[in-house]
Amino acid sequence: MERSFIARNPSVLVFLAILALFTLVVTVFAEGFGVGLISTSFVKTLGKTLCLCLIAVAMDLIWGYAGILSLGHFAFFGLGGYMVGMWLMYERTKQIVESSLSEGILPPTPEEIEAAIGNQIFGVVGSNEFPVIWAFADSFVLQMAFVVLVPGLLALVFGWLAFRSRVTGVYLSILTQAMTLGLSLYLFQNASGLRGNNGLSGLQNLPGVTAPQSVVSLWFFWASALALGVGYLLVAWVVSGKFGSVIRGIRDNEARVRFLGYSVESYKLAVFTLTACIAGIAGALYYPQAGIINPAEVAPIASIYLAVWVAIGGRGRLYGAVIGTAFVSLVSSWFTGGQAPNVNLGFYTIKWVDWWLILLGLSFVLVTLYAPKGMGGLVDLITRKKGSDI
Amino acid sequence: MSTLLEVSGVSVSFDGFRAINNLSFQIGDAELRAVIGPNGAGKTTFMDIVTGKTKPDEGHIIWGSMSRSLIGMSEAKIARAGIGRKFQKPTVFEEQTVQENLLMALRKDRGPLAVLFFKPSKPDLERVAELAEEIGLTDALMRVSGELSHGQKQWLEIGMLLAQEPRLLLVDEPAAGMTPAEREKTTAILVEAAKTRAVVVVEHDMEFVRRLNCKVTVLHEGAVLAEGTLDHVTKNQDVIDVYLGR
Repeated sequence: MERSFIARNPSVLVFLAILALFTLVVTVFAEGFGVGLISTSFVKTLGKTLCLCLIAVAMDLIWGYAGILSLGHFAFFGLGGYMVGMWLMYERTKQIVESSLSEGILPPTPEEIEAAIGNQIFGVVGSNEFPVIWAFADSFVLQMAFVVLVPGLLALVFGWLAFRSRVTGVYLSILTQAMTLGLSLYLFQNASGLRGNNGLSGLQNLPGVTAPQSVVSLWFFWASALALGVGYLLVAWVVSGKFGSVIRGIRDNEARVRFLGYSVESYKLAVFTLTACIAGIAGALYYPQAGIINPAEVAPIASIYLAVWVAIGGRGRLYGAVIGTAFVSLVSSWFTGGQAPNVNLGFYTIKWVDWWLILLGLSFVLVTLYAPKGMGGLVDLITRKKGSDI
Repeated sequence: MSTLLEVSGVSVSFDGFRAINNLSFQIGDAELRAVIGPNGAGKTTFMDIVTGKTKPDEGHIIWGSMSRSLIGMSEAKIARAGIGRKFQKPTVFEEQTVQENLLMALRKDRGPLAVLFFKPSKPDLERVAELAEEIGLTDALMRVSGELSHGQKQWLEIGMLLAQEPRLLLVDEPAAGMTPAEREKTTAILVEAAKTRAVVVVEHDMEFVRRLNCKVTVLHEGAVLAEGTLDHVTKNQDVIDVYLGR
């Protein structure tokens, strides 16, 4: 007989337990409430890493399980960030504007406030008018809904067009790159209504919150951990049942699934849209911790990095994607942040900021050639189990 | 016996080569039929056309008692209408267990949402067990199907087809690469299946066709050359010229 979902997938429980423990440890050692061994900026780095792990889980669902190598998921991640950023920036600016105007003799009219906010936000791109897309920026609920709806809708339309025409394999990958490049180029324009290359900034400040960053950073860290836990559970559940069977079937032999009577295109579209929504949520949690979002975030290279993380971690198993992403992105920020000591060879000095990309590329090639199971494959050595168990 | 599938005047060409040339073919509700012919006679293309993989240039394909036209329908829709297809090479989902393979094929709602919330019920699992018994894979239910032998994979694929409960089964060279004992078993499965539905077997191997003991259609250059019992068609001078005489 069929056992319960968790009983069939013990690794899910192990993962959640480790995540909970990690969250607790970080909280205890953080500056906000605990001992203070972990700096606030490192708490933010860890929180951001959890968000990257969440989008990696989505990437593993679409690439590792459904076999669709999307190289455009950072577009959805970025859109999620922009949606939350609009609300944060609007409300925060409104607060500042209101407090500065209230010092005048006459109380400001709503029109004056609106104009002042517009001037504050869009002065940098030579405008003071609110573009249409900011119509709901003052509504927390709507902007939060947009975090899921906007990436979801873009994925739905893009996916419908692409999958209906049976674009597969490398052609689809190129198409998704074009999508994220197109979005990035559009956002770079001042007329895009999202402040062009300036992007949205000051996102680390929550409107109406007086708590110090050391505390706020923990709130976001917890929210990121919770989102990763829930996202992981959701995706693990999706791939564990018959739906997982079908999408793995599509990955391995699309035509055969079609002849079984399944509408392959609908499944691809469903997975593409679901993963885009997850990516949007991950982005919405990431950028308030980063403090700024600009169009460079959705550049094509970002989505390629995502694929590299998942490949190094081991695709087709969710914890592999998480391990790979956490490891590579943390090591990457260590190397590129100038913290890694340069190596002096006498005739040449290895500067890691320059050499890290080569190291990363090399390890990607080596993993692809010699360890297709990635870092997640190490877990097999320990548990002596064959294949993926999720 | 009523007609289940009627193919009339179908032609298709690839880059000027006429793979199927004004082909007409009929099969009844519960009938076993063997389709033979030399290489390039259009056997596989014929299957591609019926299952919707290839769109014919002209002609009609009429299906079932409702006389629906299959032309223009997607592969998935045709499969759901009741046409199952077995490929020449065994194509099962190798990374998944025999049970997962069979569950996927089981005749159920195929929509993504229904599949997402699908939980195999007791009758479903019983049906899977029954199918596994039929194809001799009861002990292998929990095994990853990539570990199965070539013959077992072929049976699993036939089992998946039966799980779909199609009204027409198109089987491409089921006996290729099988041992004599495996062939015998395959014959038995197909003959049994043909009692309740139409089965079309495309085959090269005359010995195997003889064992099926059914009506034979001979294809040549994309058209029907002869039709009848195996003895009848093997005496046909045209057939001897193009196929058996060589």
